[in-house]
Amino acid sequence: MEWETVIGLEVHVQLATKTKIFSGAATQFGAEPNTQACAIDLAMPGTLPVANEEAFRYAVMFGLAIDAEIGKESVFERKNYFYPDLPKGYQTTQLDQPIVGPGKVDITLDDGRTKTVRIHHAHLEEDAGKSLHEDFHGMSGIDLNRAGTPLIEIVSEPDMSNAEEAVAYAKKLHSIVTSLGICDGEMSQGSMRFDVNISIRPKGEEKLGTRTETKNLNSFRFMEEAIALEVERQIEVLESGGSITQETRLYDGDTGKARAMRSKEEANDYRYFPCPDLLPVVLDEDYINAVREHLPEMPEARKARFASDYSLNDYDAGILSSDRATADYFEQTAKLSGDAKLAANWVMGEVSAKLNASETTITHSVVNAEQLAGVILRIKDGTISSKTAKTVFEALWNQEGDSADAVIEAKGLKQVSDTGALEAMADEVIANSPKQVDNYKNAAEDKRPRMLGYFVGQIMKASKGQANPQAINEILLKKLNELL
Amino acid sequence: MERSDILKLAELARIEITDATVDEVAARLTDVLALVDQLQAADTDSIRPMAHPLDAVQTLRADTITESNQREAFQEIAPATENGLYLVPKVIE
Repeated sequence: MEWETVIGLEVHVQLATKTKIFSGAATQFGAEPNTQACAIDLAMPGTLPVANEEAFRYAVMFGLAIDAEIGKESVFERKNYFYPDLPKGYQTTQLDQPIVGPGKVDITLDDGRTKTVRIHHAHLEEDAGKSLHEDFHGMSGIDLNRAGTPLIEIVSEPDMSNAEEAVAYAKKLHSIVTSLGICDGEMSQGSMRFDVNISIRPKGEEKLGTRTETKNLNSFRFMEEAIALEVERQIEVLESGGSITQETRLYDGDTGKARAMRSKEEANDYRYFPCPDLLPVVLDEDYINAVREHLPEMPEARKARFASDYSLNDYDAGILSSDRATADYFEQTAKLSGDAKLAANWVMGEVSAKLNASETTITHSVVNAEQLAGVILRIKDGTISSKTAKTVFEALWNQEGDSADAVIEAKGLKQVSDTGALEAMADEVIANSPKQVDNYKNAAEDKRPRMLGYFVGQIMKASKGQANPQAINEILLKKLNELL
Repeated sequence: MERSDILKLAELARIEITDATVDEVAARLTDVLALVDQLQAADTDSIRPMAHPLDAVQTLRADTITESNQREAFQEIAPATENGLYLVPKVIE
C-alpha cells in the first residue's frame, strides 16, 4: 500500500531577553547553576510574577513577520503538572487567548518548489529548569537558571508531508527569528527545540491517522532522522496488522534510536485555568503599528537585496541571507573588501568549512569579517595569490596573527609581481627545458595555452609559490611566442 | 463522584487521601459539583468569559536585571544541595 505522511510541528523558541518572563533574574546561558534563579523563579511563597514587556514586543514582532493577527488581549493560564524542574507545580502559558493568532510561513524546497505552512497560533510561556540525572547519591540535581526564560511556542497546522518539508519549515523559522533578533538561534544551547507530530494514512485518504509526538529535538539533523525512523515504524506497525498508539516518543540522536515514554511519564491532565496572579495583557493598535514600523529587514527582502546590490545568484543570495549573523558577516566583508563575489565565495567556502569542522556558528567565528576582508583586499591588489590566501586564512584561524597583512609579513608570503624577477625566472626555465620548448613550438596553436602549465609550474616551484600566476602567464606567453 | 475519580485527583494534586476517607471526600466533592451545576444553569451565552475578576490590565516591567545572585541564601533552606544544584528524589527518565 502507498502511504502518505502528515507532519505538524510545535517549535519552542527562547527569546533573547536579558531577563526572565516574570522576574528580573538574568537569562545568560552557561552561568553557574542556580545563580540566576531568584525567589520568583524558585516559586517562593509570597512572590508575584510581573510580565516582561520585551517578551511581548518580541512575540508581536514574530506575529507581524508571519502575517498573523496579534492578540490584543492575551491571557496567561496555569498548566498544572509536577516535575522537580518546575518549582511552582504549573507552567505559566497561554491557551485560548494567545499573543499570536493564525499566520503563515512560506518555505522553498530543494527543487525550487514553494509551499505555505499555516501557523495555528504562537503563544508566550516560561521555560522549565534542567534536571541532571547523573548520580547524586541516588538523587537528581536541579538547575533552575533556565526556569522562567521566555519562550514562544509556535504551533503549525499539519501541513508538511515529509522530513524535507519539516526541516525546510524549521530552518525558515530559525531564519525568521534570528533575522528579527528575537532569538540567538544557538541550537546547541537549546535556543530552538522541536516537537514533531507524525501520522500516516493510505494515500488519498482524507481522515488523519493516529499521531505520535516525538519531543525535544534540538537539531535539524536529529529532526530529519527522527521523522524518517517514526514514519518507517508506523508503516511497519500498520502493514503487519497493528495499530498506532497515540503516545509521546523520545529520539536519542547519539544512538539513532527512539522509544515511547512510559505511560506514567505522560499521564497528563493539565487542568488549565487562568492564572490569578496575572491580569490580561492589553496591546493597542498604536503599539502594534509602532512595532511594525521598526521590524528589521526579513530574510526574503535581504535575499532580494543581496541579489540586486551584490549581483549574487539566487542560490548564493539565499544561503547568505538565511540567518542574520551570516548575512551581517557577509555584508560587512563585502563592504570592507569591495568585492562581494569573493566575499560570498569565502564565506560559503573556507569560513563555512572551518565553522563546520569546529562545530560552531558564525557568531563565534575565529576570523571576523574585518580580517577576512583584509585577506580579500590582498588577493585583489595582487599581494598574494588565491592559493596563498588560503594559507593566510588558515594562519588567521589558528590565531597566528591579527590581520592578513601581519600574517603575510611574518610568514614572507608576499607574491612576487616584480616583472624583472619574474622575467629572469622565465628565462631560466625556458633555457633549462629545451624539450618542452620544442613541444610548445611544434604544437598546434590552440593546444599551446594548455602547454603553458609546465612552465608556470616550474616558476611557482622556483618561487616557492609566491610568484603571481597571472603575471607569469603573461611573461611566458610573450617569451615563448617570441621563439616561434 | 466515583472512588476512582477521587484517587486520580489525589494523584494529580500529589495529596494523600487514605482509603478510609475516600468515600467521605467523594460525597463532599459531589455536593460541590451540585453547586456548580446550579451555577451552570444560569444563561451566560451573551457574556464574555472573564479571565480575571479585577477589571484591570497587566502592567509590564522593563527588561532590566533587578535580581542578584542569592543562591547561598536560598540553598540554606533547601533539604539537600550539591555543587550549586538542588537535589531531589531521583527523577526517572
